[in-house]
Amino acid sequence: MISFSEVGKRYEGGNEALAGVSFEVQRGEMVFLTGPSGAGKSTLLKLVALVERASRGQVVVNGQNLAGIRRRHLPYYRRQIGMVFQDHRLLNDRTVFDNVALPLVIAGAETPEIGKRVRASLDLVNLLHKERALPVTLSTGEQQRVGIARAVVYRPPILIADEPTGNLDPELSLEVMQLFKRLNQVGTTLLIASHDRALVERFAARVLHLKAGRLAEAEEAHGRPA
Amino acid sequence: MAAPRKEGTPRGADAAARGGHLGAWFKDHLRVAVTSLGRLYRNAGTSLMTAAVIGISLSLPAAMQVLIGNVQTLSGSWQGAARISLYLKTSVSDGDARALADKLRGMAGVADVQYISADQALAEFKQLSGFGDAMAVLDKNPLPAVLVIHPVDGSPEGAADLEHSLASLPGVDQVRLDLQWLKRLAAILDIVKRVTQILTGLLGLAVVLVVGNTIRLEIGGRRTEIEVSKLLGATDGFIRRPFLYHGAWYGLTGGLMACILVALAVALVESPVSHLAGLYGSTFALQGLGFGGALGLLGGGVLLGWAGSWLAVARHLRAIEPT
Repeated sequence: MISFSEVGKRYEGGNEALAGVSFEVQRGEMVFLTGPSGAGKSTLLKLVALVERASRGQVVVNGQNLAGIRRRHLPYYRRQIGMVFQDHRLLNDRTVFDNVALPLVIAGAETPEIGKRVRASLDLVNLLHKERALPVTLSTGEQQRVGIARAVVYRPPILIADEPTGNLDPELSLEVMQLFKRLNQVGTTLLIASHDRALVERFAARVLHLKAGRLAEAEEAHGRPA
Repeated sequence: MAAPRKEGTPRGADAAARGGHLGAWFKDHLRVAVTSLGRLYRNAGTSLMTAAVIGISLSLPAAMQVLIGNVQTLSGSWQGAARISLYLKTSVSDGDARALADKLRGMAGVADVQYISADQALAEFKQLSGFGDAMAVLDKNPLPAVLVIHPVDGSPEGAADLEHSLASLPGVDQVRLDLQWLKRLAAILDIVKRVTQILTGLLGLAVVLVVGNTIRLEIGGRRTEIEVSKLLGATDGFIRRPFLYHGAWYGLTGGLMACILVALAVALVESPVSHLAGLYGSTFALQGLGFGGALGLLGGGVLLGWAGSWLAVARHLRAIEPT
């Protein structure tokens, strides 16, 4: 589903964020991306989201070689990928409902369809009762769950998350990760960046460890399933 | 369509396709139009200020247009009064002159002929000029007899044609078509028209820039929204749309304000104008913008607003990319 081969990324100014990164994420797999901050986790996810383009090597996502996707087709590519951000990036002048509905509105979905899907998505993250609330009135954990609801409302085959629990306490972090696990169980391919190894090890999922822009090892985590 | 669509089409895409492309497109435009109007309404204070600037800018050329329209109507009613004066040679006798007048009355293109004999002309001159005593010094009447022709076609061109055919008549010394002042008025009007065109161009440009700048600020204020939308797969068109409608609404409200301002100005000037017209014994009534003019003003406003936001959007939207 996601395949990197010998991928390098050098930013303008010579900062080499990634070098010789090769790995593969199978369809329906849930993979963690760990490593200290500055190791290139965010850069790797940005390459998947086509926010950045690889300087070397080849990235193939869902059968598409990303080097061949032009600017004009970028929006359609991105609709296949749900994105969860550390700072959740909700729009504060809109209700929770409108935030979650945004991907559907962008894709031009019908109004009744939007209502149905947004509610299903909010139900998934247990925030159905907050649909009329503004994001600022929610707790950090709730805001992150709204962010996840928005990422999955369009039912993307792939979901990437950059430090989704970065701002959450351990309990809420576990809750969010369990939510990801549930999404994985219904067939979504997930790639989750996190520096919280303890949390990651609680899940039976493969871990890619990045260190200074290189993949250190690909290992199976043998934590107890949470 | 590019490869991304074919393989692994997101399960949500079928929802978008089901409504039909065109229907969805229209619905989206309607949604954006309403949403951006709501946004305008929520910031009513600032919006009204911008609309007022646009309104005042548009009202000036519109008022000039109304002025030109009125002067044209007025001069159109004067043009029927064109007259041709036929100065006869002093050798032509009174009887011959009357015969010529009769002959001319039967001529095509001539509505009426008025005969003023040399004696009548002298009497009239003495009475009107105040040089009566000076004239008495002369031993002979220096004035010629005159035939005043009222042409059927009172337009400058028609009268000029008639003038040419009359000049060759025997016994005619000189022909004077008294259209000079009408021509001068037309020339002045041409200048006013040209000035109005320049003014319209400049103020139109001002409107475009005002809207462009307002939209530029708006884009800056909604940076996060633009970035997030791009990450969620929004096309350039999708992101552009609200700003274009925003500009169009500005233009429309500005146009509306200009209509009101012009109507107000016309109402204020109307009574002194009708007083003046009354003094001239005329029934002339001041014309306002009219339905067509108002429609043009509103349409022009929308167009300029749209153009202004295009300018801003084309320059600034591409620069905003998610990081």
